[in-house]
Amino acid sequence: MDLKSPSKATNEDRRGRIITYSCIGIIIVLVVSILYFIASRGLATFIQNHVNVFRFLTGTQWNPSLLDSHGQPEVGALPMITTSFLVTILAAIVATPFAFAVAIYMVEIAPKRGTKLLQPVMELLVGIPSVVYGFIGLTVIVPIVRHIFGGTGVGILAGTLVLFVMILPTVTSLSVDALTAVPMYLRSASLALGATRWQTIRKVILRAAMPRLLTAIIFGMARAFGEALAVQMVIGNAALMPTSLVSPTSTLTSQLTTEVGNTVMGTIQNNALWSLALILLLMSLVFNLLVHFIGKRGEIK
Amino acid sequence: MTSALLETENVHLYYGEKEALKGINIDFKPNTINALIGPSGCGKSTYLRCLNRMNDLISGVKITGTFNFKGTDIYAPDVNLVTLRTEIGMVFQQPNPFPFSVYDNVAYGLRLNQHPSKTELDEKIEKALKKAAVWDEVKDDLNKNAMAFSGGQQQRICIARLLAVSPDIILLDEPTSALDPISSGEIEATLMQLKSTYTIIIVTHNLQQASRISDTTSFMLNGELIETGQTSKLFVTPDKQETSDYLNGKFG
Ligand SMILES: Nc1ncnc2c1ncn2[C@@H]1O[C@H](COP(=O)(O)OP(=O)(O)OP(=O)(O)O)[C@@H](O)[C@H]1O
Ligand SMILES: [Mg+2]
Repeated sequence: MDLKSPSKATNEDRRGRIITYSCIGIIIVLVVSILYFIASRGLATFIQNHVNVFRFLTGTQWNPSLLDSHGQPEVGALPMITTSFLVTILAAIVATPFAFAVAIYMVEIAPKRGTKLLQPVMELLVGIPSVVYGFIGLTVIVPIVRHIFGGTGVGILAGTLVLFVMILPTVTSLSVDALTAVPMYLRSASLALGATRWQTIRKVILRAAMPRLLTAIIFGMARAFGEALAVQMVIGNAALMPTSLVSPTSTLTSQLTTEVGNTVMGTIQNNALWSLALILLLMSLVFNLLVHFIGKRGEIK
Repeated sequence: MTSALLETENVHLYYGEKEALKGINIDFKPNTINALIGPSGCGKSTYLRCLNRMNDLISGVKITGTFNFKGTDIYAPDVNLVTLRTEIGMVFQQPNPFPFSVYDNVAYGLRLNQHPSKTELDEKIEKALKKAAVWDEVKDDLNKNAMAFSGGQQQRICIARLLAVSPDIILLDEPTSALDPISSGEIEATLMQLKSTYTIIIVTHNLQQASRISDTTSFMLNGELIETGQTSKLFVTPDKQETSDYLNGKFG
């Protein structure tokens, strides 16, 4: 036996390592180039086209082909930023109580029945493509909103309702995970001190699970913030500052999907869209950091 | 002879088809420490959980027999579980503080059904922590997460949490088995002090512990009560062969 030459196992080990590292390498290169691409394009608006960043973030007129009174292109992104945040926050506010209620039912109240019944429903909701949600929103929600509030029916309210259904399964299943992660012994401890089941849920389980529940909400918000297609179908796609919950407007994503086909690479119209994309990217970074931060603080050891 | 605080008679318990307790009769007198010993799986925890009705939470459990606590049957339909569990409280094998501050842990039971004032709460919490002999170690860190303390301290915080609701009986299921000898010794010392005010029923695998701290000992085997009596007598001159075999380490 030759002890000096590498064994078969060592060779396999090395091969496995090479494959793993090259895959990781490729992914890192990909991510970095995507980031670089979006950043360089997104910043071109400010560097090449000399748009003032502050005016970009606070301007309410979006019309990149026209010049404003200062001789600068009209690229005020505030309407899209506002609408994006509004639909996201409203959808999260509406979805959270439902998600928590369903999760509590599934974990604490009727684990067997609840899981058998609701798990498939949630999985189904996740599996429905967003264009279908948008379509349903357009044919069901928009007419109802129109009927009740008048106007066109499109806008933040319709967007919120569609996003509510879309993020519900995400927030619910993460909330279920959060509640399941609360150790059994805390329930016993509470019950043995004379607490009722409801007191136990409210005062121990929800409290102990709070960091992870917040994380669930943030994941839902991240999904809502980034959703494009379904929102585009019900939001109205007018780059206007929303005047009410039922006025046509645009989110960052819907503006991108609507306009991207109509612009030529390298022009201000195109660069301005990349700047919107850059905001989206930065926001998803913020969401990730939030999740990270909350997760760190809420670790139960 | 003082009369018993809690009398159990002919206790049978079934997990589905399986009979886990086969007719247990034990009486507990006030202000005593009572040890339950026996090999793993003989039903000690099961029996202990009957006493504050924690078995009710397990589905498919059937319990028969009488449990007479201060003249009332704790399984009577009109018994208030909340009151029962504050009168017969439980400390678990694994220290199980809530992931909240020490203060909130001990305040938990007090806040459940009343809204005590801050001063009242402060007072009761300090008293409970002192009785559990952990006050000196936590008094400067009442707002620190209870999970951040050592296992022994956590267990005493759990005892304090229970003492705060002033139970009559304290059930302890192997409270020191997850702890090092020093922490165990501290818990034992705490229990000895508590004896003057409370009645303690403790499951333990540690025979020395049982003989050190308990007044009575009950030996269980395969769901049956083999022998119960004064600790001093049972450990030295047991009546039954099985007891003496167990005490001599022949099984279990
Ligand atoms: N929830 C349950 N469902 C079904 N059987 C159970 C359940 N809990 C305990 N048992 C069974 O009942 C018997 C007694 O268990 P128990 O936990 O009371 O024993 P123990 O004396 O406390 O043992 P240990 O010293 O290991 O803690 C065992 O055979 C066990 O398998
Ligand atoms: Mg046990």
